[in-house]
Amino acid sequence: MSEQNLNTLLKIRDLSIDFLQYERGLRRRITHPVSHLNLDVEAGQMVAIVGASGSGKSLLAHAVLGILPYNAVMTGTMEFDGQELTKKRIETLRGTEICLVPQGVSWLDPLMKVGSQVKDRSALACYGLGPEVDQMYPFELSGGMARRVLLATATSRTPRLVIADEPTPGLPLDRARRALSHLRDMAEDGAGVLLITHDVELALEVSDRIAVMHEGTVVENALAGDFPYPQRLNHPYAKALSRALPQNEFFGGGAI
Amino acid sequence: MKLNIVMKKALRLVLLLLGVSAAAFFLVSISPIDPLQTNIGQAALGSMTEEQIETLRQYWGVDVPAGERFLYWLSDAVRGDFGTSLLYRRPVMEVIGEKAGYSLGLMTFAWIISGVVGFLLGVISGACKERLPDRFITGGALFLSGTPAFWIALVFLTVFAVELGWFPVGLAVPMGVPADQVTLWDKLYHACLPALTLSVTGISNIALHTREKMVQVMESDYVLFARARGEDPRSVVLRHGLRNVILPAMTLQLGSISEILGGSVLVEQVFSYPGLGQAAVTAGLGGDVPLLLGITILSAILVFAGNLAADLLYSVVDPRMKKGGEPR
Ligand SMILES: Nc1ncnc2c1ncn2[C@@H]1O[C@H](COP(=O)(O)OP(=O)(O)OP(=O)(O)O)[C@@H](O)[C@H]1O
Ligand SMILES: [Mg+2]
Repeated sequence: MSEQNLNTLLKIRDLSIDFLQYERGLRRRITHPVSHLNLDVEAGQMVAIVGASGSGKSLLAHAVLGILPYNAVMTGTMEFDGQELTKKRIETLRGTEICLVPQGVSWLDPLMKVGSQVKDRSALACYGLGPEVDQMYPFELSGGMARRVLLATATSRTPRLVIADEPTPGLPLDRARRALSHLRDMAEDGAGVLLITHDVELALEVSDRIAVMHEGTVVENALAGDFPYPQRLNHPYAKALSRALPQNEFFGGGAI
Repeated sequence: MKLNIVMKKALRLVLLLLGVSAAAFFLVSISPIDPLQTNIGQAALGSMTEEQIETLRQYWGVDVPAGERFLYWLSDAVRGDFGTSLLYRRPVMEVIGEKAGYSLGLMTFAWIISGVVGFLLGVISGACKERLPDRFITGGALFLSGTPAFWIALVFLTVFAVELGWFPVGLAVPMGVPADQVTLWDKLYHACLPALTLSVTGISNIALHTREKMVQVMESDYVLFARARGEDPRSVVLRHGLRNVILPAMTLQLGSISEILGGSVLVEQVFSYPGLGQAAVTAGLGGDVPLLLGITILSAILVFAGNLAADLLYSVVDPRMKKGGEPR
């Protein structure tokens, strides 16, 4: 896969997200869960974001979709398809050209039937969910079913950019593989896919690139083919992740 | 299983009614008010013979110990006989029936209006969190909730009835008009101001609670996801907001019947509106124990019914409770 001539679909430069919090009366405290983050996602490519819990992966996804909490302050620039991704523009693109696969079942309205929350009901079948699921409420779904419903909400359309926030936990390996291959298919069809995951191994199977997030920023951006070789990586945290891969266990590595 | 629950609730109601009536009886019996002095007057008593006074003491049951009187009352009450009002000299149920006609209309109106208006204000306020409409509504609701009902009633009475003259100053029907010539319109016209007052006092509670719930919903993951799917703010409020706040709001409103009842006592007093609330005050001050107990029992049943309905609401309407017991 050549790096050239790929058209950059999503381009994030110097993204920082600050939270303004008040503690004990009027003492202001500012936290910086995401800082100076750069990331590109090309059309037709699948980029995996890996990183520890709390490293800011979900916030990055929410920033692109314009659904950050109201007390968040975002700086930096985002471009989608060569044009600046302003708040206004996000509002017209999300749900059609940019889709989110959210992190958990709490992202479904508990009092609304599943079918009404998945625009194209036939997408449920793609993930092996029977027609009865359409009439179910989210509380009736098992963990794995909920994952597949969440995946179906995004894949029911033909978006140009899909951001999947940890779509596989709770799924058995074969189902997880199948879910990721659905996302891969979307990339093959020309969409850009941003896959947020903890599972580096699975990510390596389907992604073109691996971006390692550490303390709120992308510290390493490697081709999937290079990632298993710690010596080809620069950042110590990324090297540690690489060494922890099963095929590298021989070298002895740190845990994720 | 279902029957079991019904039995439990019925038992609860019986215990509640027993407790409430006993408490009411006890409170009246330790009240320092002497029914003879209050209802007949010092002067009249002074001019009576010993026998006359003795008859009166018997009529008002002054010399019978409170516990004994309660048991008499109870043994009649369980057979459906709530006795005769000492002040009105008519069966308690008849008096209550007449008064309730006025009061229940007042309270139902206030309950519905305060519920609907409060709910809508709460939804708007929560959906516009910390913007102008929210500040306006929250400010108003906080002001109202810190204002005693009788004071609001007095202000409304002064402004709308006395100063502007839009509404009658009091009573439930025009003065000096024969009962058979009083029209429905007359009655409604007289009920307007008390009903409005009672509604206004009930709004803040439901508005503030709905706002809190709405704010939570608007910050929930599922609303974020709805927005991420491209739903505009209006659709988010209508599709997800209302759906998720209506149940808690209805529960709250069903559970707040006691507040409306309490408010109606004050409001009826201010507007000289001859309903249950005023009758309760008269009965309490005049030592008319049968009437007071009758009203107490009726109020307890109303409040109990409200709470019961609130309980049942969830199991009937909320899909999580409705399907909960059934196998997947
Ligand atoms: N609303 C908020 N207010 C303040 N801090 C927040 C808020 N939301 C997230 N954070 C902080 O931002 C950091 C990153 O959160 P984020 O949800 O992006 O982590 P993550 O990488 O997705 O983790 P995980 O893998 O567990 O999902 C966390 O430290 C969290 O405490
Ligand atoms: Mg996350």
